[in-house]
Amino acid sequence: MEPITKFSGSMVALPINDIDTDQIIPARYLKVTDKNGLGAACFSDWRYNADGSPKADFPLNQPAYQGAQVLVGGHNFGCGSSREHAPWALLGAGFKAVVSTYFADIFRNNALKNGLLPVVVDAETHKQLVSLAQEDPTAQVTVDLESQKLILPDGRGVTFPVDAFSRYCLLNGVDQLGFVLGLDEQIASYEGQTPGRVNTLATA
Amino acid sequence: MGTTQHQPTTPRTLFEKVWDNHIVRPQTPDTPAVLYIDLHLVHEVTSPQAFSLLRERGLKVRRPERTMATMDHSTPTTPRNAAGIIPVTDSMAAAQLDVMRKNCADFGIPLYDLGTKNQGIVHVIGPEQGLTQPGMTIVCGDSHTSTHGAFGALAFGIGTSEVAHVLATQCLLQSKPNTMAVRVDGRLHPGVTAKDIILAVIAKIGVGGGTGYVFEYMGEAIRALSMEARMTICNMSIEGGARAGMVAPDDTTFEYVAGRPFAPKGDEWERRVAEWRVLPSDDGATFDNEVVLDANTLTPMITYGTNPGMGMAITARVPDPDQLGDVSQKMALTKALQYMDLQPGQPLLGKPVDVVFLGSCTNSRISDLREAARLIKGRKVAANVRMMVVPGSQQVKVQAEAEGLDKVFREAGAEWREAGCSMCIAMNGDQLQPGQYAVSTSNRNFEGRQGKGGRTFLASPLTAAATAINGVITDPREMVN
Ligand code: SF4
Repeated sequence: MEPITKFSGSMVALPINDIDTDQIIPARYLKVTDKNGLGAACFSDWRYNADGSPKADFPLNQPAYQGAQVLVGGHNFGCGSSREHAPWALLGAGFKAVVSTYFADIFRNNALKNGLLPVVVDAETHKQLVSLAQEDPTAQVTVDLESQKLILPDGRGVTFPVDAFSRYCLLNGVDQLGFVLGLDEQIASYEGQTPGRVNTLATA
Repeated sequence: MGTTQHQPTTPRTLFEKVWDNHIVRPQTPDTPAVLYIDLHLVHEVTSPQAFSLLRERGLKVRRPERTMATMDHSTPTTPRNAAGIIPVTDSMAAAQLDVMRKNCADFGIPLYDLGTKNQGIVHVIGPEQGLTQPGMTIVCGDSHTSTHGAFGALAFGIGTSEVAHVLATQCLLQSKPNTMAVRVDGRLHPGVTAKDIILAVIAKIGVGGGTGYVFEYMGEAIRALSMEARMTICNMSIEGGARAGMVAPDDTTFEYVAGRPFAPKGDEWERRVAEWRVLPSDDGATFDNEVVLDANTLTPMITYGTNPGMGMAITARVPDPDQLGDVSQKMALTKALQYMDLQPGQPLLGKPVDVVFLGSCTNSRISDLREAARLIKGRKVAANVRMMVVPGSQQVKVQAEAEGLDKVFREAGAEWREAGCSMCIAMNGDQLQPGQYAVSTSNRNFEGRQGKGGRTFLASPLTAAATAINGVITDPREMVN
């Protein structure tokens, strides 16, 4: 994975609470067997009319918001299904970060493993970002993972939490699987002391 | 069970005991804990990219004997052809199923293939086969893995990257969650079920209320429930945002596990039960948070909105966004009612529906089918309703047929189908048409979940059955004796 340190980009706001992963990527697109090509289907049911034409009033479709890299979502973003297709779709649609006041557990995990940054901010900042994005589509924010700061156009920086391990992995382009693979001895020692609970290969 | 050097000086919760027993490497300020996974369940939708990663890196599956695969999400539930085969007509689904077969063959993982005797919804087959046991850690690339917590296992959903981690290492990086006691006192009245308990819990805490927590369900009402009813409750823990839900194992649990194909046998059984008996939370163990409900006051529940937290007593009226103080909540409810085409203050009782879906990992086990069949027996599904009955597994289907439940459903005019997720997720062609209303025993009423533009009311199998008969949303208490 490419290291991620800092980037600046414009925002698009979708300030709806409890956006579930079925909205981010509807189930009918999950019949794929790779991660690519999901960007066009991101928010599909909100984004397109029945005939497949884009809905003009949906923010992601508006010309001014093309190229936005930061999605400002509502509270409890990414709830529901554990599908990792959700961050894959958001990344495919060009986003590098999602800002919310709160993320659902599995979504946050999945996002961090794919280099999509879940940025948690307080309600006041969130409100400010939503208005900014709606009033000025060109307004840019900077996400600085190194200092864990989101820098607003007025220069104000707000700190956001990221667990130390994910931050380390993202900054250094280290993948988490490599870390666990490195623990082979400890895993083997655990297995040595702990008999297996089931043997799925035994014919019952 | 993990060897525990832990001397129980401080009282521990069920969750803490299971957690402690599976630590390969403890949490440090810089790294999450590394947990050993006893059982990894795999299905066709969330695993292909994980196997691809293993191939790219030249990795093997570390413990194929602690891994079990099934096909459920994109599989058709249409009847078998003359050759006894379930035809897959969707080419993308067919390709996905082929990839699953190839991955299982290449990596040595056992697979319950489409239509074979043990195939079914991943969260139905684990318990059914005796793979799910108390005190285990269980993961699957599926959020409803929380179902298996009914046995006192720590079971939760993971993403596809994590599926790859577990395949390659049998371990998972996890930060330690907090614990929430969900206590349900009292006794349920007739016509009120486990599904109503969990819909009431989620309505109370909201869909984000449990984020960061593992729930432990406890109290008189939980103790009185069968294993299958406990599974219904644990299944929907994720709909309250919780990572997992657990119920302390007891004699009900042991009786259910005993004798199943993968359950321990003979002396090993005795040893295991002795270990399981010490798992329940110690007296004086503390939880980070608590919710309390009184089963005596519960009625059948139904959802009116577009997330499982938007639920109410079936006799209540749709809430009014204008009565909500919080602006974003007001917006969310307004948007939901618009999608559902419902008016504030409107009752749901008496509202016509188009489809009734009895199925999903929440409510497709034999007890769910029996309950619904008892109500339906000798009655007819209303002419305006399409009722689909989708057993959770081939085993459930066979059992139901042996008991003549299929006949009850068929004679009433319902469809009796093959096992799978079906209209719970609408990936396989079983779906609502735009604008249609369904009463569904599944777990998610998100926009479009059961088909683009479809509208879902979540409810219990009893409410679903009563509604199918009357053709309009019905309080099942009128129809059960
Ligand atoms: S039945 Fe529904 S919720 Fe359960 S595993 Fe299948 S799709 Fe997921």
